[in-house]
Amino acid sequence: MTLPLRFPADWDGFAAQLPALLAGDADWTRDVGAQAALFGAPAQSHVQAWRPPEGWHDLGRRVAMHADDARYARLLAFARRLQREPGLWANVLDPDRRRLQSLARQVDREIHKMHAFVRFREVVDEHAAGGRRHVAWFEPAHHILRAVAPFFVRRFAQHPWAILTPRGCLHWDGRRLTGAGPARREDAPPEDAGEALWLTYYRSIFNPARLKVAAMKREMPVRYWAQLPEAALIGELVRDAPQREGRMRGV
Amino acid sequence: MDVQDKLAVLADAAKYDASCASSGGARRDSRDGQGIGSTTGAGICHAYTPDGRCVSLLKILLTNWCVYDCLYCINRKSSDVRRARFSIDEVVQLTLSFYRRNVIEGLFLSSGIIRTPDYTMEQVIEVARRLREQEHFKGYIHLKTIPDASPELVERAGRYADRLSINVELPSAASLKALAPEKDAVGIERTMSRIHLRLQAAKEAKRDAEGVRALPGAAARAARPPAFAPAGQSTQLIVGADASDDRAVLQLSSRLYTGQGLRRVYYSAYSPIPHASAALPPQAAPLMREHRLYQADWLMRFYGFNADEIVTDAGFLSLHHDPKLAWALAHPATFPLDVDRAPREALLRVPGLGVGSVDKLLAARQLRRLRRADLLALGPAVKRALPFLVAVDHRPRAVDVMALSRPAPQPQQAVLF
Repeated sequence: MTLPLRFPADWDGFAAQLPALLAGDADWTRDVGAQAALFGAPAQSHVQAWRPPEGWHDLGRRVAMHADDARYARLLAFARRLQREPGLWANVLDPDRRRLQSLARQVDREIHKMHAFVRFREVVDEHAAGGRRHVAWFEPAHHILRAVAPFFVRRFAQHPWAILTPRGCLHWDGRRLTGAGPARREDAPPEDAGEALWLTYYRSIFNPARLKVAAMKREMPVRYWAQLPEAALIGELVRDAPQREGRMRGV
Repeated sequence: MDVQDKLAVLADAAKYDASCASSGGARRDSRDGQGIGSTTGAGICHAYTPDGRCVSLLKILLTNWCVYDCLYCINRKSSDVRRARFSIDEVVQLTLSFYRRNVIEGLFLSSGIIRTPDYTMEQVIEVARRLREQEHFKGYIHLKTIPDASPELVERAGRYADRLSINVELPSAASLKALAPEKDAVGIERTMSRIHLRLQAAKEAKRDAEGVRALPGAAARAARPPAFAPAGQSTQLIVGADASDDRAVLQLSSRLYTGQGLRRVYYSAYSPIPHASAALPPQAAPLMREHRLYQADWLMRFYGFNADEIVTDAGFLSLHHDPKLAWALAHPATFPLDVDRAPREALLRVPGLGVGSVDKLLAARQLRRLRRADLLALGPAVKRALPFLVAVDHRPRAVDVMALSRPAPQPQQAVLF
């Protein structure tokens, strides 16, 4: 038996299987290989019915999006502990709980960064409403494609757009959202005419008298740079900053 | 001059304004069949420049022509900086084009004073009006209020904008008189309190309208009152251009937060400008001073500190230690605190403990006595708190606190290019 999930972040699918797993009616241990130990001993028959605490679904839904291969094993192991240890859920400092919270936070952060760092380029498309579409390439670190879709639908509801990623794609035609399989970087459009204005803005709004490269990297880690057209300017801006600052002071 | 050139000039001219926040707006989106955009109430930083600052809004001036001669300002009348002026339509189109690329949350528009304050304000408002009424733009708009613009114009600006701001510029009225002869501190605060009153009125109108809905059996909903700058107002202070100390700066901020209901006070370390006046310092204010002011501002707003207790006797914040650590080192009798018993307000004053950590400790200690391992489970920052805390299996040593009191080595800027 393999993990009966429809897609990598299928929390609802997992949550539906969880009572059977906890009761020992299902056995995944043969198929999960290295993670077998995390699943623990098969449950005993006298264990009480599974009643998830408030907040469990919220935490699980976020953890399920994480790229960590052991995410479901961790959730199952923690559910076993919750059944055995009354009061465990209230102990917010429990190390296993902290670990799950940390995975969930990494997912939240990646969703936030994807909202921020997706860069659309304009493509002429005679079939699209308005004769153009906006298409972006992004490489999310976790399984968050479904989770980011509502943000872009609400924001660009009237405009056709597409987000291509190696984990799958989203297409919005102005009325309907459809999913598609993985794309390659070459499928994404090249630089368009309007991009130069954005690059000019990025260059001009930077204040060379206040160079703080570490602060920039903390918030915009280098792994995103390949997807951000403006990141190609960073080297030049940092290199020329002392000279530009000197000109500002008139030396 | 084409749009590309104008953008270079008018973004460069706007970069001295520190504010770029896009949070606190009303929730809205473009699913109603018209226009573009959404705001969720939480801001988004779409990019970061190598100065470590966030790009959230298209921050530009409508024009950098100016009839005022404020000495600290690059756009002052007597400066020989390149001048440019956008047409209203150019700003509208730039905003929409950047927004579609997903590089901004909206527009932050300010302007040099051309002809009169009212004329300038009308131009700024017209950009916002077109974005909202013609383009049905649902993104974020921050408008800089021109000092001395008429109350009617401020009212109109608030109808289109999420946030209004008016810069107090310098920490004292005397400095403003010396460095910005056309500006007047009393006038600036008058406009600020006018906006404050209007914001309060809008809030009450909204509450009243919601109250009507809640009446049992109420037949009709009350009409929604027109919105007025739902993200409130903010201001900016330049530090290091005059002799004001941190005590004066923080006392002013504190007065603005409580008296004028400001959402944010921004501090901008004075940055040298080309062809600066001899009345200004030749060097940039240390960025560390600006950083410490932001930390102190945070402690005042969320940690129960007040302005007078966080500055040193000389009137400045410590540059060596962050203000919370500096306060703890100056009050050894307060520590160590017992994590099982200390009240929330006291724990909030422990260096290394944030609001989130304190609340987790309070929740966990309802169940059992806390141990050193529980503290460490909160994350790496909590190591700094250990010398100030006592737990069942943890006693700090005097030497740990002494180690902290040595000035930390100045962090070196990592330049990797």
